[in-house]
Amino acid sequence: MSAVTSFPADARPLLEVRQLSQVYNLNRQKLFAPRPKLKVLDSIDFSVRPGEAVGLVGESGSGKTTLTRMLTGVERPGDGQVLYDGVDVWTGGEAHRKLFRRSVQVVLQNPRSSLDPRMRVGTSLLEPLRSLKIEGDHGTRVLEVLDQVGLDKNALERFPHEFSGGQLQRIAIARALMPGPKVLIADEPVSALDVSIQAQVLNLLKDLVRDLGLSLVFIAHDLSVVAYTTSKVYVMSSGKIVEVGKPLDLFRTPQAEATQALVGAVLSVEAGLAGNALA
Amino acid sequence: MTISAKPHAIEVNNLVVSNGDVTAVRGVSFTIPHGGRMGLVGESGSGKSMTALALMGLLPMGWNTHGSILHDGVDLVTQSDKALSSRRGRTLSMVFQDPLSSLNPVRRVGDQISSVIRRHTGADRKVAEAQTIELIKQMNLPRPEQLVRAYPHEISGGQRQRIMIAMALACYPQLIIADEPTTALDVTVQKQVLRLLNGAVRDRGSALLMITHDLPIIAAMCDTVAVMYAGRIVEIGPVQEVFRNPRHHYTRGLLDSQPTMDNIALDGSSRLVSIPGMVPPLHSLPTGCAFNPRCPAATDKCREIMPELGSDGVSAACWHPIRLAGEVAAQ
Ligand SMILES: Nc1ncnc2c1ncn2[C@@H]1O[C@H](COP(=O)(O)OP(=O)(O)OP(=O)(O)O)[C@@H](O)[C@H]1O
Ligand SMILES: Nc1ncnc2c1ncn2[C@@H]1O[C@H](COP(=O)(O)OP(=O)(O)O)[C@@H](O)[C@H]1O
Ligand code: SF4
Ligand SMILES: [Mg+2]
Ligand SMILES: [Mg+2]
Repeated sequence: MSAVTSFPADARPLLEVRQLSQVYNLNRQKLFAPRPKLKVLDSIDFSVRPGEAVGLVGESGSGKTTLTRMLTGVERPGDGQVLYDGVDVWTGGEAHRKLFRRSVQVVLQNPRSSLDPRMRVGTSLLEPLRSLKIEGDHGTRVLEVLDQVGLDKNALERFPHEFSGGQLQRIAIARALMPGPKVLIADEPVSALDVSIQAQVLNLLKDLVRDLGLSLVFIAHDLSVVAYTTSKVYVMSSGKIVEVGKPLDLFRTPQAEATQALVGAVLSVEAGLAGNALA
Repeated sequence: MTISAKPHAIEVNNLVVSNGDVTAVRGVSFTIPHGGRMGLVGESGSGKSMTALALMGLLPMGWNTHGSILHDGVDLVTQSDKALSSRRGRTLSMVFQDPLSSLNPVRRVGDQISSVIRRHTGADRKVAEAQTIELIKQMNLPRPEQLVRAYPHEISGGQRQRIMIAMALACYPQLIIADEPTTALDVTVQKQVLRLLNGAVRDRGSALLMITHDLPIIAAMCDTVAVMYAGRIVEIGPVQEVFRNPRHHYTRGLLDSQPTMDNIALDGSSRLVSIPGMVPPLHSLPTGCAFNPRCPAATDKCREIMPELGSDGVSAACWHPIRLAGEVAAQ
């Protein structure tokens, strides 16, 4: 068995949300009319165990990014709990919150907009340590992390525009790894990249889960990309989790309508050549 | 009928697109017959969009076209801006990746479609408006009478892209160029839009140039494919042949990089094949074959001499093309 699925099946969740809901007020349609409300997250239960890679899929607007904002503690849920290592991150005290903030890190879709274009890569990498006020030998840490993502140390002196999309995404992953997180959350980390480069980044994420024992939450539209990277997938639709399962089971026997729609949307070269891709 | 007696919807010969000493497209040739569908695939920066913009006469300031682009009995390279502009939307038209930036934000979408119809067919307002509603119905859009009155920002990305397709097809062009038409869309919407584009192009007998870096889209929509790398076509041929038996190592790499449900191992141990390295920048292309620093089969010859399409008896620009079982190299 590979490392991806080798965590003890009864290990308790490292990061978990329970009965999480969030409502946003939208703009008024008319003056003096009440502001319409939108339930963006509706009673979500979600968890990831140590060393586990889970996927989160759903159509655009289903609430994936909003859930990510809760998982990383940048937004406080209207209802329900976010637990890190079994303790509520909003009521568990300052020390626990600090531990949580450094232990859960994010990688976003577009590395060009998530890295400051005027900052040398070396400076960008140190940024999270500074904002989290982490002490220690930062120089050694930077080299260690560069090695983990397969980049050369001469990258440190260069600026973002000098890199390709795939290299920049590696740099963004390196930056997320700097504080030594236990959980990495990747929100559509390859959808802005070319096919051949996507494969490099997906392989890297898999290696990190295996070699560092990281937990991964991987968000995407495309079920085949998620299936390749994770061992358990949550399907979201209109703010709800509508199905959870092993990727191949979801693919072969999708139950929820939203899962069926996502499976039906996957195009493959084989289906195209057989002439039935758009059937 | 809109199909002319000319043999091809478009015939491109040795197209070069450059700006001073920067060359984005370095000698590209292909033909698409009437009603034919060609896919143009390659990584970002390989020159796909610059090729499309050259065909449309819409290159950014400072960029020049050399070679010939034969279409509807004329060479578009030698045509005046005015002549080109009168063709756009009539004999050839284009659908862009981002419909929001190519629609006029302050005009109702219906007016934008009907003004294209009026400009090119001379139809009066009433006729053009009726045709617009009919087109929107064909695009499977809900409530066409209301939709024509909407502004671009009031409808979803998928709906906007269908409006763009409606506009591009309004005058039955001989050729429609679609540049990454679904890249900005959600996967579930993507398939609907492709299906629609597929049917609409077929119904009109138009030819299609489909530009994308997504191989499954090409397999679904096209009969031939041209693979582009660093401004050149490195492999071209029928989709069935090229995708089943790629000859160029870059094509092979692209196909292998695709995650598919079939190559996913149950225990999570599967790894994707990836092409190492990255596309070289235009200003420092390697000598010889531009793919050589990333190619598993590169030899000294590849590093010195640039291969042409057909250099080795197959339609790939490669000194050591991938051979089928039992096939021997041409000398
Ligand atoms: N600050 C906000 N105020 C009001 N509505 C919001 C806000 N943020 C998000 N929404 C709405 O919440 C819903 C969920 O949005 P979210 O960004 O989580 O979707 P998503 O699943 O990440 O979509 P995508 O795949 O397009 O990234 C959408 O309907 C969105 O319009
Ligand atoms: N407006 C522009 N100004 C300068 N260079 C450009 C412009 N548009 C494209 N290029 C360059 O031309 C090359 C080909 O680009 P493009 O045709 O857009 O590639 P593709 O569509 O295959 O991704 C790239 O190196 C790109 O940086
Ligand atoms: S010419 Fe040489 S380097 Fe280029 S693709 Fe063929 S084998 Fe590889
Ligand atoms: Mg999102
Ligand atoms: Mg492009």
